[in-house]
Amino acid sequence: MMDMDSDPTVSHLRRLWLYLYCLAVAIFLLAPILVVIPMSFSPSEFLEFPPSSLSLRWYQSLFNSPEWTGAAIISLKAAVLTVLVATPLGIAAAYGLQYSEMGIAKLVRSALIIPLIVPVIIVAIGVFYLFARLNLVNTLTGLVLAHSVLALPFVIVVVSAGLQRFDINQELVARSLGASRVKAFMTVTLPQIRPSVMSAALFAFITSFDEVVVALFVSRGPSSTLTRKMFTSLRDQVSPAIAAISTILILTTFLLALAALASARGDKQQKS
Amino acid sequence: MAPHAAEAMEGDARRERLRLLALSSPAFLLVLIVLLIPVGWLFFLSFVDKDGFTLSHYARLWQNDAYFEIFRVTFLSSFLVTVLTVVLGYPLAYLLSQLPRRAAIIGLTVVLLPFWTSLLVRTYAWLVLLQRKGLVNSTLMSLGIIDEPLNLVYNMSGVVIGMVHIMLPFMVLPLYATMRSIDPGLMRAAISLGAPRHKAFFTIFAPLSLPGVIAGSLLVFIYCLGFYITPQVLGGGRINLVSMKILENATIYSDWGAASALGVVLLVVTLLLFKAIQIIVPVDRLMGRS
Repeated sequence: MMDMDSDPTVSHLRRLWLYLYCLAVAIFLLAPILVVIPMSFSPSEFLEFPPSSLSLRWYQSLFNSPEWTGAAIISLKAAVLTVLVATPLGIAAAYGLQYSEMGIAKLVRSALIIPLIVPVIIVAIGVFYLFARLNLVNTLTGLVLAHSVLALPFVIVVVSAGLQRFDINQELVARSLGASRVKAFMTVTLPQIRPSVMSAALFAFITSFDEVVVALFVSRGPSSTLTRKMFTSLRDQVSPAIAAISTILILTTFLLALAALASARGDKQQKS
Repeated sequence: MAPHAAEAMEGDARRERLRLLALSSPAFLLVLIVLLIPVGWLFFLSFVDKDGFTLSHYARLWQNDAYFEIFRVTFLSSFLVTVLTVVLGYPLAYLLSQLPRRAAIIGLTVVLLPFWTSLLVRTYAWLVLLQRKGLVNSTLMSLGIIDEPLNLVYNMSGVVIGMVHIMLPFMVLPLYATMRSIDPGLMRAAISLGAPRHKAFFTIFAPLSLPGVIAGSLLVFIYCLGFYITPQVLGGGRINLVSMKILENATIYSDWGAASALGVVLLVVTLLLFKAIQIIVPVDRLMGRS
């Protein structure tokens, strides 16, 4: 009996059901992504899988539609600006809260994590109520401010994790040798937490780019974001054009994730 | 002299701590103005009408059967999704935690790939897959499992399938983190002392993985309670959840009292459940970065 347990082939065979079950779960997880991509290359008016022949018809119609390209540009602008607002603010907060030993720091940190906990629908109506009074509804500024609030918790959590692995004494040494605080941070600390900063920025970008609920309230009409426009068109029809956009979005996130991985790996190699 | 120097140093340290704290103020101000104040405002609105203080918005939630039904469906769907993510996620996380690290990373990529894919894209994909003439129905029919296409979308099953897909990574990641931290020596010791494999699993591994199950379940449940996009698209307006009613009250009827009262109830339930998670596992570990 004990011999059988330590024999790996028996154990693999015994686990066969587990492997099959997990394979089924993996298929469930990947199926939607794997089905949408081929469908987007169908020439047909209707969704078909597998497509009867290949065509770029839907990509062409997307790139020729000023509505869709306009929405994509708004989404990109909002996402880039959200990165530019949320990342520095989040780094400053994570750094300050990490080393300030005041009791209130913990409380501030919890407050900054709140946007992650509050259901987005509540954030959205709160923001809508506020922006309606400040004339910020349907403006890029409003959208970026709201998205930055949603992105801040991710930036703070990721950068704090990076700072925990960093030895602050290095920065103190630089300062005792005459470097200013800002210079010591920029030249000693920042390069060492770079992978965390990169993934924080990536999180901020995706948080904004992928966000729908807040955009439903505060970016309407010509200032619609891409995801908002997708959401509204999903209610009317299930067109293959959406499959084409979806494919572009899937490939974009895939490339971004690869880039993040590569940059993290490059940093590791540099160090070793 | 000495006491003065010590005092001066203490003053410096205090100023330094304040300066560091001040670094967090821009972020804090942003969250305060864009989130905390408006939500506080909604809280206030839920207790007033044109005549002043009132509990009528809450009374309506309590008395109106339509609201009762909305809460029932919201809790029911969230509960179903939570149970299903445990059923699907636990064996997967278990297998990944037993694999060598390199193989586990490949497996985790399978979990992370959909996690990183736009939520709307995945929702759309399920809308396509679950249609009457969609891939799921046509596959099941060609396999001879069913004769008639099933109604898989624009009803509860569509909502639950889509939400389970979106939520599964939120379950697998904390489960995996918990299971990885369980010392494999414990299981080996039990088996070498003569315990059958399944007994060792249920008396040692399962209880030790329980914090991960509870944390993952609470996380999934909380997210489901306030979920809007996926249930809206896959329910096709036939499944009414709390989030949809909030949106409807705020935008269609401009009934801020009713929207706020619903929002406050949702928020309070969410915060209480979140507090429960924090007692079990700290928030930073939930993000899968432990």
